[in-house]
Amino acid sequence: MTAEVEETIKRIQSQKGVQGIIIVNAEGIPIKSTLDNSSTVQYAGNVHQLLMKARGMVRDIDPQNDLTFLRVRSKKNEIMIAPGVKTI
Amino acid sequence: MTSLIEGIWHILFYVCMSKMEIVYVYTKKRSEFGRQCNFSDRPAELHVDILPDISLAANFTVRDPCNVTVQCAEEMSEHEVNTERFESESRGINHVEGGWPKDLNPEDMEVTIRYRKKVEKDEHYQNTIMQIAGLMEHCCKQNNATDIYQEFFEEEDDEVVEESEEQPSAKTINVFRDPNEVKRTATSLCWHPDGNHKLAVAYSSLEFQRAPNDMSFDSYIWDIENPNKPEMTLKPVSPLVCLEYNPKDSHILVGGSYNGQIAYWDTRKGSQPAEMSTIEHSHRDPVYKVIWLQSKTGTDIFSASTDGQVLWWDIRKMSEPFERLVLDPSKKGNLDNALGAVSLEFETTMPTKFMVGTEQGLVVSCNRKAKTPAEKIVCTYSGHHGPIYALQRNPFFPKNFLTVADWTARIWSEDIKESSIMWTKYHMAHLLDGCWSPVRPSVFFTVKMDGTLDVWDILFKQNDPTLSLKVCDEALCSIRVQDNGRFLGCGSQLGTTTLLEVSAGLCTLQKNEKAMVSEMFERETKREKILEARHREMRLKERSRSEQSREDEGKEADGEESTEELVARAEREFFDIMEAEKKKEWNEERQREKEKGVCEEKDFQEEHETNGVSSFTRREISL
Repeated sequence: MTAEVEETIKRIQSQKGVQGIIIVNAEGIPIKSTLDNSSTVQYAGNVHQLLMKARGMVRDIDPQNDLTFLRVRSKKNEIMIAPGVKTI
Repeated sequence: MTSLIEGIWHILFYVCMSKMEIVYVYTKKRSEFGRQCNFSDRPAELHVDILPDISLAANFTVRDPCNVTVQCAEEMSEHEVNTERFESESRGINHVEGGWPKDLNPEDMEVTIRYRKKVEKDEHYQNTIMQIAGLMEHCCKQNNATDIYQEFFEEEDDEVVEESEEQPSAKTINVFRDPNEVKRTATSLCWHPDGNHKLAVAYSSLEFQRAPNDMSFDSYIWDIENPNKPEMTLKPVSPLVCLEYNPKDSHILVGGSYNGQIAYWDTRKGSQPAEMSTIEHSHRDPVYKVIWLQSKTGTDIFSASTDGQVLWWDIRKMSEPFERLVLDPSKKGNLDNALGAVSLEFETTMPTKFMVGTEQGLVVSCNRKAKTPAEKIVCTYSGHHGPIYALQRNPFFPKNFLTVADWTARIWSEDIKESSIMWTKYHMAHLLDGCWSPVRPSVFFTVKMDGTLDVWDILFKQNDPTLSLKVCDEALCSIRVQDNGRFLGCGSQLGTTTLLEVSAGLCTLQKNEKAMVSEMFERETKREKILEARHREMRLKERSRSEQSREDEGKEADGEESTEELVARAEREFFDIMEAEKKKEWNEERQREKEKGVCEEKDFQEEHETNGVSSFTRREISL
């Protein structure tokens, strides 16, 4: 199972235009990262708040709805965030 | 039984009466409880009748009848709310890793790695990753397939810039207020040469001897994003009247101060001036303008002041200027005759020429490379009634320049010295500063004493400004446009600098604009030339005519008389007329006396009396 996970991550990393991947757990700890530590920490810290806000907004408008993906496009690059599925 | 109860009832009632309570008691047999109610109709019975007690009226006083208006509407009240100024500061956040369980030390590499490995083995983690990885891959591929934000009509955009439908407008972006208690005038502004993120503002009080004693001398450099606090303070010895960034080195600024000295700052070194000019060799009046020159070393400046001198300095050696020019129109270098300079103009594309705007309303054009000081002053342009506060060549057509003075702004052509080729009407308030737009040859800006900013577009309208905005209630003393033509800063008398953004139509070059403006200037120049020629002809004719007539008279009088002779002649004539009048009066008097004398001879006895009377009357007349 872990081998599959590794392979998937490698596949994404090899896609054109991908600068790096960071996997963060629910507590905000970066589990896996292909970027340097300081950038990882910065991204991890900022993304969590944004994700909460975005998810909150989607559910506020329609409680049955949920956030599936978040893209933050900026002048220089794009940050793509996939929120993990919350199991009860 | 009932009578007893009745008796009780009466007592009860009485007791209640004294307390002003009305109670009605009724009785019912026990066996009748629970029975259904049979209602019966009967006429009204008066149970209580309380008559008014007049004695109670003594406890009250009668009020005067008053008119009370009543309206059935919600009562509203007006409230004003003014939020307190919120001072905000920008700060950065330092991120640190968090979320680690309490017993784990995040510094310890081994422990963290072990923790991470443990998480990776978790099944839930793996499932989640597989799910979202699929999603992520899909989006990555999507991105690579097409650029969803591609600009399709980019090329067409450049040609079809027809924003003529848009009304010209300008809006205030930010306002920078003088942080000191005692407000000073923002006399000069200068944009930072690279990036235009900073604005240097010089503050001083130009009112003669009216500056309060505790007025601060500081000038500030503002970051346009942060209007709450200036980015840097410059502390001169005397308040700065003008301030300029070095276009080659954006850390160096030079400022001209109120006491005539020049100082320069290096922003890397701090708030104190790096060097100041010596007082003996500086100007004797406030330095109104300082400009950087185009030189190999990039350290040359020249300054102008109302003491009549234009001085050239090298900032590395501020002990004395390396060149000096006295603005004496008679070209003799006489300081007493000199015109006070209020503005300077220098164009880097024409490094040998420069122009000076004077207090007397003349623009003096000078040549730097002249051999003798007398030849330095080439010519003068007259036409204004007051000091010329702004002088600038059109960035696209350097032969034409703009002057802002008294109540008008005028555009001149270098070739026509007698008058300007175009001018605005006379406004109600003085115009205090102005400048061309660096991107559009037909647009220029002026600011007035009543706090309005006017944007003029001479291709659109010549009689009125295209846009007139009231920026503030006090006078606007200075204006400066950024190099991109989009932002401009204007400084007011109370030290408030306002940053405005003009609409796109006013800062994008229209098609054919250059050609049309050039045509307009040429046309006006030609018109003025023709007028000048006609004036000259007329003057020649007059002169020749008056010369002829004078030749005829010249045989009697001695040709042209000087003013003194004319004055003497006028005096003589005046006294002659006076004498003639006096003689006339005296003759008339003598006539009157003669007639009286005849009457006296007839009545000799009353001679004394009549003499007395006549002498009395004579005295009256003389009085």
